Amino acid sequence: MKFTLRIWRQKSREAPGKFVTYQVDGITPDMSFLEMLDVLNEELLARGEDPVAFEHDCREGICGSCGFLINGLAHGGRRGTTVCQLSMRFFKDGETLTLEPWRARAFPVVRDLIVDRSAFDRIIQAGGFISAPVGSAPDANAILVPKDIADTAFEAAACIGCGACVAACPNASAMLFTAAKLVHLNVLPQGQPQRYQRTLNMVAAMEAEGFGSCTNHGECAAVCPKEIPLEFIGRMNRDLRRAIFRRRFERWRDATQ
Amino acid sequence: MLDARIPSGPLEQKWEKCRFEMQLVSPANRRKYTIIVVGAGLAGASAAATLGQQGYRVHCFSYHDTPRRAHSIAAQGGINAAKNYRNDGDSVYRLFYDTIKGGDFRSREANVYRLAELSLNIIDQCVAQGVPFAREYGGLLDTRSFGGVQVQRTFYARGQTGQQLLLGAYQALQEQIAAGTVTMHTRTEMLDLVLIGGRVRGIITRDLLTGAIDAHVADAVVLATGGYSNVFYLSTNAKASNCTAIWRAYRRGALFANPCFTQIHPTCIPQSSEHQSKLTLMSESLRNDGRVWVPKKKGDTRPPNDIPEDERDYFLERRYPRFGNLVPRDLASRAAKEVCDEGRGVGPQGRGVYLDFADAIKRMGVEEVREKYGNIFDMYEKITGEDAYKVPMRIYPAPHYTMGGLWVDYHLMSNLPGLFVAGEANFSDHGANRLGASALMQGLADGYFILPATIPNYLATNSLEPVSVSHPAFSQAKAEVAERLQKLLKIRGRRSPDSFHRELGKLMWDKCGMTRSAQSLREALARLPELRQEFWENLALVGTGEELNQSLEKANRVSDFLELAELMCIDALHREESCGCHFRIESQTPDEEAKRDDERFCYVAAWEWKGPDRAPELHKEPLTFEYVHLTQRSYK
Ligand SMILES: Cc1cc2nc3c(=O)[nH]c(=O)nc-3n(C[C@H](O)[C@H](O)[C@H](O)COP(=O)(O)OP(=O)(O)OC[C@H]3O[C@@H](n4cnc5c(N)ncnc54)[C@H](O)[C@@H]3O)c2cc1C
Ligand code: FES
Repeated sequence: MKFTLRIWRQKSREAPGKFVTYQVDGITPDMSFLEMLDVLNEELLARGEDPVAFEHDCREGICGSCGFLINGLAHGGRRGTTVCQLSMRFFKDGETLTLEPWRARAFPVVRDLIVDRSAFDRIIQAGGFISAPVGSAPDANAILVPKDIADTAFEAAACIGCGACVAACPNASAMLFTAAKLVHLNVLPQGQPQRYQRTLNMVAAMEAEGFGSCTNHGECAAVCPKEIPLEFIGRMNRDLRRAIFRRRFERWRDATQ
Repeated sequence: MLDARIPSGPLEQKWEKCRFEMQLVSPANRRKYTIIVVGAGLAGASAAATLGQQGYRVHCFSYHDTPRRAHSIAAQGGINAAKNYRNDGDSVYRLFYDTIKGGDFRSREANVYRLAELSLNIIDQCVAQGVPFAREYGGLLDTRSFGGVQVQRTFYARGQTGQQLLLGAYQALQEQIAAGTVTMHTRTEMLDLVLIGGRVRGIITRDLLTGAIDAHVADAVVLATGGYSNVFYLSTNAKASNCTAIWRAYRRGALFANPCFTQIHPTCIPQSSEHQSKLTLMSESLRNDGRVWVPKKKGDTRPPNDIPEDERDYFLERRYPRFGNLVPRDLASRAAKEVCDEGRGVGPQGRGVYLDFADAIKRMGVEEVREKYGNIFDMYEKITGEDAYKVPMRIYPAPHYTMGGLWVDYHLMSNLPGLFVAGEANFSDHGANRLGASALMQGLADGYFILPATIPNYLATNSLEPVSVSHPAFSQAKAEVAERLQKLLKIRGRRSPDSFHRELGKLMWDKCGMTRSAQSLREALARLPELRQEFWENLALVGTGEELNQSLEKANRVSDFLELAELMCIDALHREESCGCHFRIESQTPDEEAKRDDERFCYVAAWEWKGPDRAPELHKEPLTFEYVHLTQRSYK
């Protein structure tokens, strides 16, 4: 198979970027998308040109390293699939493919197809954890978790932090990412003590990082390689309203005591 | 001789005794100590978070953009713990026994017993953090059985156990970062270790974005940098996994133990093309319900579902009636290789065997199979385009895990004072073969429980002079690191780092892979110096060292793999016995199983670097077995 690739090339965060067109040939249908880029990079290296920088590691859809837009679609737009798992048999021979990095204010471009997603870490730092210092844990079966709750927590915790949701959202919102972590921790019995503070803190951190707000487009869930459901955003918003209400109540109570 | 500092007294009391005898650092003094943790996988993140909780000043380094990407994220099957929640006869002693036996008597009894004991606390800790393990309808934790054991002691979170455990440790780490106890250095790669006055006092790193070479001072350094299966190029490890941190430590005097003990995992998707960049593991838990077979006839090309029952050879069930499809990995892998060598392999390249779920689906129904293995079946379909609910999967062994690593004593300290090694990076507890679901257990035992007890003891019992980065040892190491990188950039040859890596991988797979012989190892040892020389003369790189340069990173890692490969072959050649995953053709039992030679090889082989052109020196740590009797392993 042959492909024409239009790839966004940008040397560094400050440098201007532009699309550069390349041809690749000899691609087989069982190769993965990243293996196709490996072939291109080997050729570039042989010609003494800079290889295309892209992030990847596990190449099996779990580490969340990979991700860029293919023809405007995050991870290429196949349901439940990261770009590292995308095989070339999904594309037509001779097709032109446009590759560009995630576009979002909170994800500055590092180089070519690589962006800086450290904003996600800072959202987690704000409250995406259950405080359980080592040594303090009771016996694991002392905490009963109904199966449906455990399943929901798992479904939310399956997020790989790739950032596709942000890239797909017209507002570059990080609601799905934040909601996934909040639902994971907020449904579990272990997560209850910090539930409302966690919600307030993580939402505040998300806003401070410069992510946009949610206007219910649903593009995020459509491209999520782990198929995190859109409904989780609703759950997060419910917890947020309760948290705000509780905070107001506590302030009023303290003021009137 | 090597002193492993194993506490005296009965096995069950050693860790308790050791903990009692260790010195403590008072809470107010902890802030005065700086601890560097290199690596933020399960072992590194758990260690950094816990030391942070205790109040030490921790600096944690990772070459990833965030700690959540570490290769631990990819572990699928589960984590062992001797909870005996199933009341099926499990106990700490049984987990200990299984691990010693599974490791083919090449690990330390004391370490393994401690690991089994701590397995109980790990599950408690992870549940408290909110790790969403699989549950039964009553709300209790679910468990399953896993390769090589007869009890159900494996806890799991669908096929994503590593991800969930790592996120637990990652979140604990992020909490400490927010609290200011841990400083995280992402996209920063450690390239050297610095010793002052015989003690490890810091590291040299490269900022992967700017190329800046920096020095960092510490009172103790932990390496939790993972395994080196990528020496084979094609493996189940993440693409960036490498040996640089432990290899550079080795070059600074840390002993490298049992480098030839590498595990080949039986259930991976067979290689399909020349351009393949990695191999994908199918969780071993699949062997609980899937049945492994090949056609009885050679070269049978009928579709699997057309091959009648009596023309199939369920070779694991046939050879190992008691354990069947659940035999340890080394046995399952070699058996698969043998049937393929006989010409009975399946799939396009003839290097594959079937893993069939038809019976499981009949027994449990599609839904239950989907519930247990759904994501693994999906992954298989994405890669191969085949639906494993309808046609059997095809699997073949692939390099997966390295039992070898830096030598450590009972405190997980290397022979270099102040250098601790955790997780897959140390040689530790798995002997010559690791049992399924015990790497996660070991990484977390090391990080949550052992290092946070032994590092304070080191700090409290040694008076460490204050040092700073202006010490000549730091500037010299920095200069050496910079020079090596410049040397790589200046070659301007014609072969890419990947092309050298592929050639190295193929050589190691053919000559030092699933089976080894004196001849194959000698051939590899003859070829390796040539390959290394070609690398240093003909490597192609572009760009500079002062920017994000992924080819430079790769080349630098490959340069270390090229050296490590030689040590692996030297070790494999010297160990003229077969044990666990190390299968020397010359040493087999009459029924073609691995034959140990306890008279001559019942020891840990710890190698010392003697310089670039000199043979390494062998140090032996004899292994004694007081509790489990040395027997020829049998799973018949
Ligand atoms: C596909 C797969 C499935 C597996 N499934 C299971 C399973 O079901 N059960 C089980 O028990 N085990 C399993 N294992 C094994 C297990 O996952 C690993 O052994 C374990 O996770 C290793 O953890 P670690 O913390 O030692 O290293 P890693 O998770 O590899 O972490 C290494 C860390 O070190 C950092 N690092 C490395 N070098 C440097 C450097 N020079 N400078 C800076 N940072 C550096 C990396 O950035 C990373 O953060 C599996 C392994 C694979 C490959
Ligand atoms: S490379 Fe890990 S998810 Fe794609």
